[in-house]
Amino acid sequence: MNATTLLVVIIGLTVFGYVIGRMRSIKVSQGTGGPSSLHSLPKYYGYMVALWCGIPALILLVLWLVLEPGILRSLLLDELPTTMSTLSENELSLVMNDLQLLADSGRIDAETDPHKKAAAIKLLELNSTSELMRNVLIFLVALNGIIWGLANVKIDMRARVFVERIIRYLLILCSLVAILTTIGIVLSVLFESIRFFKSVPITDFIFGTEWSPQTAIRADQVGSSGAFGAIPLFAGTLLISAIALIIAVPTGLMSAIYLSEYASRRFRAVAKPLLEILAGIPTVVYGFFAALTVAPFIRKFGESIGLNVASESALAAGVVMGIMIIPFVSSLSDDVISAVPKAMRDGAYGMGATQSETIRQVLIPAALPGIVGGILLAASRAIGETMIVVMAAGLAANLTVNPLQAVTTVTVQIVTLLTGDQEFDSPKTLAAFALGLMLFVTTLVLNVIALHIVRKYREQYE
Amino acid sequence: MVETDINMRTELMESTQVQSVDRSDTKVADMKQQVNATIGEPFAKDPKMQARQVNVYYGNKQAIFNVSLDLGKNEVVALIGPSGCGKSTFLRCMNRMNDTIPICRVEGNITLDSEDIYADAMDPVLLRARVGMVFQKPNPFPKSIYDNVAYGARLHGLAFNKAELDEIVITSLQKAGLFDEVKDRLHEPGTGLSGGQQQRLCIARTIAVSPEVILMDEPASALDPIATAIIEELIDELRQNYTIAIVTHSMQQAARVSQRTAYFHLGKLVEIGETNQIFTNPKHELTENYITGRFG
Ligand SMILES: Nc1ncnc2c1ncn2[C@@H]1O[C@H](COP(=O)(O)OP(=O)(O)O)[C@@H](O)[C@H]1O
Ligand SMILES: [Mg+2]
Repeated sequence: MNATTLLVVIIGLTVFGYVIGRMRSIKVSQGTGGPSSLHSLPKYYGYMVALWCGIPALILLVLWLVLEPGILRSLLLDELPTTMSTLSENELSLVMNDLQLLADSGRIDAETDPHKKAAAIKLLELNSTSELMRNVLIFLVALNGIIWGLANVKIDMRARVFVERIIRYLLILCSLVAILTTIGIVLSVLFESIRFFKSVPITDFIFGTEWSPQTAIRADQVGSSGAFGAIPLFAGTLLISAIALIIAVPTGLMSAIYLSEYASRRFRAVAKPLLEILAGIPTVVYGFFAALTVAPFIRKFGESIGLNVASESALAAGVVMGIMIIPFVSSLSDDVISAVPKAMRDGAYGMGATQSETIRQVLIPAALPGIVGGILLAASRAIGETMIVVMAAGLAANLTVNPLQAVTTVTVQIVTLLTGDQEFDSPKTLAAFALGLMLFVTTLVLNVIALHIVRKYREQYE
Repeated sequence: MVETDINMRTELMESTQVQSVDRSDTKVADMKQQVNATIGEPFAKDPKMQARQVNVYYGNKQAIFNVSLDLGKNEVVALIGPSGCGKSTFLRCMNRMNDTIPICRVEGNITLDSEDIYADAMDPVLLRARVGMVFQKPNPFPKSIYDNVAYGARLHGLAFNKAELDEIVITSLQKAGLFDEVKDRLHEPGTGLSGGQQQRLCIARTIAVSPEVILMDEPASALDPIATAIIEELIDELRQNYTIAIVTHSMQQAARVSQRTAYFHLGKLVEIGETNQIFTNPKHELTENYITGRFG
């Protein structure tokens, strides 16, 4: 019986626990005047027994699955030659993988290395003992939970309170998982970045204006000195995002206003989903649209009025990206504007405000937090967008504010840093983590600023 | 009881002629004939607003049937009647608030100082500055107390500098009886006030644009008795300068604040008269049933 089957068995027992707990509570209440004499409804006694059965068993199963490999490994180490104990963590897990494969392959007899053979046989043994122990133990725990739960089904047992409390703990647990994951990601990025900053000083990284990430393989190599100045990348990101937002915010906001305030219900029902499709188009499609249609158009147009336009330009990428993120602004803004209570509109119209005055002076201020939320969402999409930039804005890390030149962004550089054949701990690879960290900090700061703005200018209605 | 109700209703339907009216060729004189279905005197001696043969439809559903009613100068008219009988709908015709509801259609003739308010020449935006409205639920804007009151004045360009605006805000708040309570926190949000204060803020906001008529749709129904008493007192004072129509569900309130009372039933104006007379000696059985609390 493998872990999945075991899980099904636990669930089955849990359901059984619910049914029997419920029945038991009704039976118990019979002596004292029916189910109404119980503290809680019978179903809560069912839930209580089910929780007693399911939760300890599940916790045990999870613990087992997490801890088992480590314990097996330490048991196996005794079998292996002593040289093994000097191996590093990574190498050790490779050896373990090897052994597990050998044990699972069923061709242990063909193995020539006597140490490996013995270890694999031992592993097989351990595996099956462990599985048996696990299944028996967990089954007993689940069964014990049912018995314990049933023993607790009494007239004055506060089953409802118990169940509510467990549900609260479950909810807390789920939010903890989300928070801990975030912290984990941030910490791992932080540690890799610190390693990077050991080889490239942090000031060079943050204030450097030149980006050409190469490192020497041999010390005497030509062009061995790399430059890891992040400023051109952040400038490029900001430039392209700014162009995108300049396109998306007015267009999105105005179409939201039209949809929520002026359009007929029928038009809105058609137009809103259509607009939202824009966000669903794969970015690679936008990318070649930008590279093959918009960029050449901009270049030709620029040339015709005597401007010097690079064939890959920030403008092309920004414009297309702006189109892509329109629905983030429009859809959310439309929702929040529509959600402003009718009483607000009545108040304004009743004072003799025109429709556009009502929108500008009452509806938009009241909906501001939601609108800013939509814009932030759009901005983070723009900052994180990679594909369009790769295809339309190029890879050249120019430090410029001229939208007609090629620029590159942080995310694009992260991709190029990690897709090459590189040692995992070379500065070039680690630079990706540092960029990621910087990007994270930047978006965090943006969010905090936006939150502050919203709190300051928000006009709250009841 | 129920049976007689139904009988009375059908009677009423038959007695009130329902017909659509083309505004251009109807004259006030021959209208008087047709509204005879309404018991009592719907016309005022010194009218500020006159509604003649008003029919209102929401889509295909008719909500107001052939109602004619005057609002006299410096007079408080109370509109009473069971829920859904069209009091709000009628009130909202008087400043064209119904224009904001796409499916709503108004027929008939309504004048303000003998000017047709539904004429093309009438700008609904200016009309609403002259005929202000206070709503059932206090709906201050999510702005500061000051900005709430200043809103209309700014909208209609009534003040040319800060001092004038301050003046308007302060006198409006004083007239609404709110100034003393809020003078130290004029720049705090209006939504932070209590329900009764919010409603007085809405009244201050309305009178800040110096309207001629104030329409109130159950202005005190969301308030506690003390706040209600303050509002009622205020209405009585406002009568000196304004013409007021008030929808209310409270008989006592209607009796306390109004000079004339109109009883609506199923979209029709059943009876209108001096408030005293309506409450002591109602002529129509429906009115009597309603004010004695037998239904509604
Ligand atoms: N916006 C609207 N759309 C459709 N029907 C409406 C609307 N407003 C009111 N009505 C209908 O018109 C009738 C009168 O409503 P209303 O004037 O609000 O009554 P009252 O204020 O006397 O309670 C009711 O039958 C109501 O259902
Ligand atoms: Mg109403």
